[in-house]
Amino acid sequence: MQKSKLGLNFHKVAKARQIAGSIAMEMQKFVNGYTTVAVERTLCRLMGIDGIDENDAPLPNILVDELRNNEVLSQGVLYYLGNAILETGLSPQEIAERVSSKTYNIVNAAVHSQEEINKALKPYIKTSIERIKANRKRREDFIANIGEGAKPYIYVIVATGNIYEDVVQAQAAARQGADIIAVIRTTGQSLLDYVPYGATTEGFGGTYATQENFRIMRNALNEVSAEVGRYVRLCNYCSGLCMPEIAVMGALEGLDVMLNDALYGILFRDINMQRTMIDQYFSRVINGFAGVIINTGEDNYLTTADAFEEARTVLASDLINEQLALLAGLPEEQMGLGHAFEMNPDMENGFLYELAQAQMTREIFPKAPLKYMPPTKFMTGNIFRGQIQNALFNEISIWTGQGIQLLGMITEAVHTPFMSDRYLAIENARYIFNNMKGIGDEVEYKEGGIIQSRAQQVLDEALDLLMKIEKEGLFNALEKGIFADVKRPKTGGKGLSGVVAKGSNYQNPFIDLMKGGKK
Amino acid sequence: MSSGLYSMDKVSFDQTLDLKAIKPYGDTMNDGKTQLSFTLPVPCNDEAIEAAKQLMRKMGFENPQVVYYKELAKGFTFFTCYGSCVHTVDYTSIHVPKVESTAMDMHETDEFIKSRIGRKIVIVGASTGTDAHTVGIDAIMNMKGYAGHYGLERYEMFETLNMGSQVLNEDFIAKAIEMKADALLVSQTVTQKDVHIKNLTELVEMLEAEGLRSKVILICGGPRLSHELAKELGYDAGFSMNSYADDVASYIAQEMVVRLGKG
Repeated sequence: MQKSKLGLNFHKVAKARQIAGSIAMEMQKFVNGYTTVAVERTLCRLMGIDGIDENDAPLPNILVDELRNNEVLSQGVLYYLGNAILETGLSPQEIAERVSSKTYNIVNAAVHSQEEINKALKPYIKTSIERIKANRKRREDFIANIGEGAKPYIYVIVATGNIYEDVVQAQAAARQGADIIAVIRTTGQSLLDYVPYGATTEGFGGTYATQENFRIMRNALNEVSAEVGRYVRLCNYCSGLCMPEIAVMGALEGLDVMLNDALYGILFRDINMQRTMIDQYFSRVINGFAGVIINTGEDNYLTTADAFEEARTVLASDLINEQLALLAGLPEEQMGLGHAFEMNPDMENGFLYELAQAQMTREIFPKAPLKYMPPTKFMTGNIFRGQIQNALFNEISIWTGQGIQLLGMITEAVHTPFMSDRYLAIENARYIFNNMKGIGDEVEYKEGGIIQSRAQQVLDEALDLLMKIEKEGLFNALEKGIFADVKRPKTGGKGLSGVVAKGSNYQNPFIDLMKGGKK
Repeated sequence: MSSGLYSMDKVSFDQTLDLKAIKPYGDTMNDGKTQLSFTLPVPCNDEAIEAAKQLMRKMGFENPQVVYYKELAKGFTFFTCYGSCVHTVDYTSIHVPKVESTAMDMHETDEFIKSRIGRKIVIVGASTGTDAHTVGIDAIMNMKGYAGHYGLERYEMFETLNMGSQVLNEDFIAKAIEMKADALLVSQTVTQKDVHIKNLTELVEMLEAEGLRSKVILICGGPRLSHELAKELGYDAGFSMNSYADDVASYIAQEMVVRLGKG
């Protein structure tokens, strides 16, 4: 049995994990029966279909919409593509182009046996699987041969709206010591039911996630990684209506980190819960296979709810996210489970409570590269105090061995970061991470003191909450507003019309290939 | 380091406060001392430091001092500087439009509405357009409120709906009609490339087209908004940083009374 510095009862932890496991398993039974337009578009992309028509509509959308409009999407896009390849001898890309120009009717493609279809699809499946594997290997080889930064990885964002400007900012940040560069998406992208195409130079509060933008930024980071002798990871966001689709574009371009929460879209973007649960599954299968670290979004609960009162919700959600990810074949080492430094600065001993919660999260998820989010809610525009808040946040992180440190910016709540804001943030983190490096090994917590008691209390409360969720089922729990006080109806929200029950010919061979693939 | 650190020179400027000509204060009246930091897109060298000083002079600073500099990235140098501002402002001639209402706490507002209006006031709020931030509207509306100020949902005499974020202006208006809203609250957090201006303007235009504009108290809020800007855009009031639910609540209650002719 693991030894807890907090006096945590690991039987309780095991019990909580077991309940979260059964909540996730119950959900998985639902997920297995359905597909979505986003999942099917993802399969199009895995078959090599890309590009847009004269109205900028992506070909994967055109093909999937064609099947949906003819009410045959339940059989899955691969069934029709397989038949179409056999009938025409064309590639999936050529078939999609002909569907787009209305010179080929894919719905009427002559039906072939499952065996023939599988054979026809096989070379395309192999190509994309090999490409993703090669990206993973490139990353792993670089880290093994040249190296990477020590944990906590220093994570900073760029958000100029222009991918080429982002490159300048990202390379500068990497040279200053950043380990992970996240390109914030343009506001509202999570609600688009398609992924825009090509390099983009206009965005609001961020830059469009497109496959070309991914490629441009990954290349820029390859360049700077070689220069600084340290692998610099690239992060993007696949929450929203295109979860698996953005995941696969990331996998194809060698992205390293993806925001990929199971519940975030439901709670904070009002995306339909059925749609989200089905989409999150395939997206995590892909991220697991691609060796991508996922980040979950529990920190968001605390931007509106109170960090002290809602600590149990964060832990319960971390456990559910963990169990759902395990079902998708994503190993613990790739789970950047989220939490945040959002204790009210005016609270007496707030630092101690925060320390307790961070240490608790560390002990409950020992292998996970925990994603720790900086203060945002209590950042006021007083940049001088903000620098201190960020310093306290950095102290907790090095003290409790967090995995991914999303650096706080002094100009949070003012504007998207300037180059100098990022420099000051990195300087702050590096100073503290170096100066306090061994503190976690040196200092123990007083038995029965404020810190130990706090952690034990949060665990107890999370256990109660999980029991309540298990009794309700996850869908009902979401309807009742158990998470973040946000209530969402099962049939409400965006994207439900893109959910389809699987038909008798439905297949998605990538699930088995990726889950059974190289770990 | 800085040459002025242990200066024994006599100050040569007038040290009396003149509200018709104020300037920044460091430690002596009218010293004009100002701190600022910026990045120049040039490599870090003596020329860069001189460029920073010349820029400071152009900005209106005497005795510019570069106290810290650092190359952030190839070709970009960061400076922290001090200087004495030569410009002054006539404080006595300034007029800033403000929300004119008396601040009341939650109970006072509830009592005020009960006695002066006699029914609940209906308020619909949202973070509209593509803006995904709920932090502003939640701080004002959520039961719990923010920084010890209870949100509008907690008021007995308000019937409220917080529609959350990324609400389309048309959906917002449809809900306002459905609920017969007396007041509409719009929160805008993202202001990059003035996206908030476009969105706020669109709402006013759509309300006017629906013939609703004069029937509701229209309020916007956000960290980069001001009452002045709100008025300019056709809103009744605008709330910025350091405004809380009680400020918004007091304003709505008092404005309602004025509009109902019960003032």
